[in-house]
Amino acid sequence: MKINVNGKDHTVSVNGNPSLLEVLREQLDLTGAKYGCGEGACGACRVLVNGAPVASCIMPAVNLQGNPIITIEGLEKNGILHKVQKAFLEEDVFQCGYCAPGMLITAVALLDRDPAPSKEAINSAMQGNICRCCTYPLIRKAIDRAIKNGENHEKAGVER
Amino acid sequence: MKKPVLKDKGMFPEQYELLERTSSPVLSRRRFFKYMGTGLASFLLVSDVLSSRALANLGADERSIAEDTIAAWIQIGEDGKIKVFTGKVEVGQNIRTSLAQMVAEELFVPVKDIEMIMGDTRLTPYDRGTYGSLTTPQMGPKLKLAAASLREMLKELAVQEWSLGKGSLQLEKGYIHHPNNGKRLSYAQLANGKKLLRKVDEKVSLVPSGEWKIAGTSVPKINGMAFITGKHRYTSDMVLPGMLYGKVLRPPTYGARLKNIDTEKARNVQGVTVVQEGDFVGLTAPDSRTAAMALAIIEAEWHTVPQPGREDLFQLLKEQGETKEGDQEVEDMLQAAGAVLEQRFEIDYIAHVPLEPRAGLAEWTGDQLTVWTGTQRPFGVQEELQRTFQIPKDNIRVIMPDTGSGYGGKHTGEAGIEAAKLSKAVGKPVKVIWTREEEFKWAYFRPAGVIEARSTLAQDGKLAAWDFHNFNSGSAGIDTPYAVKKKNSQFHASESPLRQGSYRALASTANIFAIESQMDDLAFLRKMDPLAFRLQNLEDGRLKDVLLATTEAFGWTKAKPTEHGYGLACGAVKGGFVATCAEVQVEPGSGNVKILRLVTGFECGAIINPAHLKSQVIGCVLQGLGGALFEAVDFKDGKILNASLSAYRVPRFGDVAEVEVVLLDRKDLPSAGAGEAPIVGVAPSIRNAIFDASGHKINRLPMLPTGKVPV
Repeated sequence: MKINVNGKDHTVSVNGNPSLLEVLREQLDLTGAKYGCGEGACGACRVLVNGAPVASCIMPAVNLQGNPIITIEGLEKNGILHKVQKAFLEEDVFQCGYCAPGMLITAVALLDRDPAPSKEAINSAMQGNICRCCTYPLIRKAIDRAIKNGENHEKAGVER
Repeated sequence: MKKPVLKDKGMFPEQYELLERTSSPVLSRRRFFKYMGTGLASFLLVSDVLSSRALANLGADERSIAEDTIAAWIQIGEDGKIKVFTGKVEVGQNIRTSLAQMVAEELFVPVKDIEMIMGDTRLTPYDRGTYGSLTTPQMGPKLKLAAASLREMLKELAVQEWSLGKGSLQLEKGYIHHPNNGKRLSYAQLANGKKLLRKVDEKVSLVPSGEWKIAGTSVPKINGMAFITGKHRYTSDMVLPGMLYGKVLRPPTYGARLKNIDTEKARNVQGVTVVQEGDFVGLTAPDSRTAAMALAIIEAEWHTVPQPGREDLFQLLKEQGETKEGDQEVEDMLQAAGAVLEQRFEIDYIAHVPLEPRAGLAEWTGDQLTVWTGTQRPFGVQEELQRTFQIPKDNIRVIMPDTGSGYGGKHTGEAGIEAAKLSKAVGKPVKVIWTREEEFKWAYFRPAGVIEARSTLAQDGKLAAWDFHNFNSGSAGIDTPYAVKKKNSQFHASESPLRQGSYRALASTANIFAIESQMDDLAFLRKMDPLAFRLQNLEDGRLKDVLLATTEAFGWTKAKPTEHGYGLACGAVKGGFVATCAEVQVEPGSGNVKILRLVTGFECGAIINPAHLKSQVIGCVLQGLGGALFEAVDFKDGKILNASLSAYRVPRFGDVAEVEVVLLDRKDLPSAGAGEAPIVGVAPSIRNAIFDASGHKINRLPMLPTGKVPV
């Protein structure tokens, strides 16, 4: 089966009905998306599917034909960080960093949908992502920074 | 007298606190040196935490490693890159950054010139493990001495090279400048593979904290870019050529033993190899999906044995707790006193829930074993592997890539050992990643406990008698920091129905919860302001300072709406001094409790990295919210009933209160660790704020599993 990841087509095996996460990590060696819970409850495995943040651990890979996927590895474009990555780097957010890929993907999807979300909208969008080190206030600051810096950057997403 | 619990449920370092009151006298410094032989001056820094029990477990090679040379800790490459070696590991405390800062400061080089080699049993000096907030106070000074000794040695070499007398040389960015002719020599030129075996000079002068230029500043996380681009490879992300995915069969309940097993169907799955050694049954497959499916079709029958449930937990811990003779004088004072405050506290088990579950990758090359695994104790895992395979320790290399957190929950090496067993059997590299369910069920928990406390005041409002007993949860933080005329604090080991071990700040969280609840209730009985009451009974100046700074930032004396409550708590843990003030709202009709604001003051000596310290404090406070309010492990008949992230609630974005951090920088004091202490004030400050708002005393952790106080 063919899937499109980060703008490239890949032929992958779907024997045994693997999850998208398993395909990304084990067949394409894209290990940015993480396993955290296996039930879509922690956000560590999130990737963008048609621009929406999706829990790849519970998404069967067979559902994804013709649906472009962006992983954390695909946010950087021509060596230039995505504005959300840049903001997270500048705020020096992370401790262990394991939640980072999922956090960034969710934040990218949020700001693509709503460039100036309210505090409540941020809470609601990020509620599905666990940072067990509990750096939540720093993550919020990074999102606020990305919003502020937002106007000067092009929109990221599936159209690339 | 009942014997202390010593049976092997996995006793990990730090868990020594569950034993120390009954056994393992702490070794004296003198005896340590005798035992260790000669030439090990650099061990001085760690000697105090080693018990004789732990020492007895050290192998002969560890007792004779000469780690007093500069080369054991720092080496300069021909490219000028400086490699620093430490057995400590990075699980999100950002010590890769802070240790590099400390070395950079002494060597006058930018942080970017330093590469930290961490937690590799082949490359780094032996280290007992990364726990107990010991990295900053123990490894920091050790590396600073090595770096400063190296610096002085380089200066000597430059003096020789230029045939100078004594004079002042200027050091900058990896170069030593000639005092007057404009020439300079790089550290790489000077070192050139020479003389790094010189001993670390324990008396070398260090850069005074008042002159720090790199230490004391907010250097960003080293490799921060790798984490936000998804490029960092955790153990669970690593791949070796020909690698297989491993899974292990788990019993359906704790204590179950295998009766019958039929693995034929699994063996018939293409690419699957089943490995069975007694009760250990595992398999490998070319991908994790196939491995999981093959595991599911193994048919096994088990002998089960009855197991206690959560409903019996606290009764059990108390009943099976060791009995100890109390203090008769304290008893007499309490009997004679007019009013005695007597309370019982119950502490549930909680889970660490590191977001990266246990993972191990193993590869055998002949009789040489290499294991990559996320553990806080790579050298401990090396010992576990040695015991498992009965091969020389020199044949085993354990490497710890920067890992997806631990919080005290990764002192062991289960996944690495399982991967090594499977790899040995199938002759290929094998990776084992635990599922979230496995992590919940087969790792270990923060101990549950029962605390019983009695206290009474003298006429002048000062603490007169204090009797405090902790059953099972641990002895860390059991001693009250307040001045008491006569006190008795005792830890009673008990039989834990679940596997338990270290957790961030150990039992300090439980003990300080009970101590600070008592203090608040005594203040109330005395009709005194909780802050004034504490100050009246407190002698420690550092704790007083942090309490005052925190209450001032919080606005302790400011008026508040009627439904709101203020609460405070303080404590001294692992060299750090912390106070937390909480503001809560309790809705009179529904009993709903909202945590509105948490202000935490923290002082841990001279601050190495203010931004990362602040982040640690925030992380402690918010992680502490979980155990304070709603986290609890539910279990029955040998099963964990909430072994998933949809059933076991951890703090999320919506739970985050307004958090403020006040850091006190004491440049005049040695730096202490910060990953643990700031967690301890959260629960008691909220408990006391709820009492202030509603009159409800909640003497259990978690306090609000339903989010409400009873109405």
